[in-house]
Amino acid sequence: MYNDIEEKGLTALYWLAASLIVIILLAVIGYIFMRGIGVFNLDFILSKPGAGGKTGGILTPMLGTLYTTAGALLTAIPIGIGTAIYLEEYAHRRNVFAYIVNLTSETLAGIPSIVYGLFGFVFFVLYLDLGWSIISGSLTLAIMILPTITRTAQEAILAVPREYRENSLALGASRWQTVSKIVIPSAIPGIMTGIILSIGRAVGETAALILTAGSSLGMPGSLADPARTLSVHLYILAMEGISMPRAFGTALAIVIMILMINYLAGWSMRRLSRSGRFE
Amino acid sequence: MNKRRYRIAEKYIEKGLMICAAVFIIAIIIISLFIFARGIPLVTKVGLGEFLFNLNWLPTRGSFGIGAMFIGTLAVTLTALLWAVPIGLMTAIFMAEIAPRKAGQVMAELINLLAGIPSVVYGFFGLIVIVPYIREHLGGNGLSILAGAIILGIMILPTIINISRDAILAVPEDYKINSLALGASHHQTIGRVVLPAARSGIITAIVLGMGRAVGETMAVVMVTGNSTIIPDSILGPVRTMTSNIVLEMGYATGDHQAALFATGVVLFIFIVILNLSVNIARNRGA
Repeated sequence: MYNDIEEKGLTALYWLAASLIVIILLAVIGYIFMRGIGVFNLDFILSKPGAGGKTGGILTPMLGTLYTTAGALLTAIPIGIGTAIYLEEYAHRRNVFAYIVNLTSETLAGIPSIVYGLFGFVFFVLYLDLGWSIISGSLTLAIMILPTITRTAQEAILAVPREYRENSLALGASRWQTVSKIVIPSAIPGIMTGIILSIGRAVGETAALILTAGSSLGMPGSLADPARTLSVHLYILAMEGISMPRAFGTALAIVIMILMINYLAGWSMRRLSRSGRFE
Repeated sequence: MNKRRYRIAEKYIEKGLMICAAVFIIAIIIISLFIFARGIPLVTKVGLGEFLFNLNWLPTRGSFGIGAMFIGTLAVTLTALLWAVPIGLMTAIFMAEIAPRKAGQVMAELINLLAGIPSVVYGFFGLIVIVPYIREHLGGNGLSILAGAIILGIMILPTIINISRDAILAVPEDYKINSLALGASHHQTIGRVVLPAARSGIITAIVLGMGRAVGETMAVVMVTGNSTIIPDSILGPVRTMTSNIVLEMGYATGDHQAALFATGVVLFIFIVILNLSVNIARNRGA
């Protein structure tokens, strides 16, 4: 007979590995909460940083994050959803163009952010002469989040039952009418999940934005102005030892945003599975 | 309703959607063109072997060898894989085969959260917690290969866990039932039947985790000390290829800047080959 103790020991080992993951996660988030909560208040969020971040709060970098993320989403959402519709609803199976687009999307998803930073710098900042600016940062970010938005939209569209389309077409609706009135509305929760996840990626991105949006602490007045995002602000505060309390406060602001985004994504995903079950 | 006008509109819509899809291909072409155009001339000027393997990075004195950074990337990545692969694989097995349903679901959400935390936050945590710990308990100044490997390992855990868990879940239930029916224990079934059947997925998980580690920048630059001298232990500082770019791009000009782009080219080619081979192998399997 098999050794019962050996079986129990192995089971315990697996529990141990999984607990280690939970402990790591709790340690990272818990530590940043503990050390950051002291400076984190409304005044910290709403005041501009002074003396290169030594004093004041995080208003300017927060706006930097907001503007670059919004710009990236505005660019990437229509292109990403359009691509997903094309790949799933229009392209025929074994279409070489669609195959290459899919492969390209997977490849783009794997390229390191520092390489996107180099590209954004040489293409948007220098070649198109947009300078270190919100627009250069946004466009670079847009390319980075395109694969996530497209992939999740593809999966959401694919999950729409085929009968929906057949019924719509049988009633005399055209292809685009079917897509825009039937398929997309049914796929909205899945598409939303992808968008929320890419907001998380955009908020956390650092390397690509240092090289494209710059690290100026001035209040940006237009899309052509440079901007420092929260994550770049954290990097500079910590690396140059400018202010550790404020670095913790900034880290906490990022972690809170990520927690909220994660919660929203989970909520949107649950809504998706519920609508799939009852319709 | 005018039927002919409708049909023309439909055609334009299809063309428009196709243009959206074409953006992907255009993007990858422009990305490669612009990075290659900046980096390749320097590599041909210096020589590929010299550029990759010369250990002296003295850009202000015209010596452009990324050998030390190449070794730095290799050292940090391999040390990270050394601990993250076994822990990640065990967690994946736990989630797929051992955990009660509820615990598995909670783990999945926690791992999504782990994946969502930005690299700069991990780097900051490493700088404040891991680096001082190593300095006080193991020696050196703390900024080290080890610190980089600990933080990098945490960051690639979600990739390793999610992909290997999916591979393990995809193993047909019959395999397990047959093995158990033959009298094998639960753990014997996992070790001799489930893992071998999920092997290709697990290899994919490790390869993609490695790709993620090689490309990671912000977390590593904050904890590895960034010295361009090759250390003699894992407690010594190193600089990775990605760190080199983010540290020096701010002030580099001329050949120096071109050398940083050439480093980007090396990373780009490495990652693209890694991902293409994984994706093509996966598509062929499907």
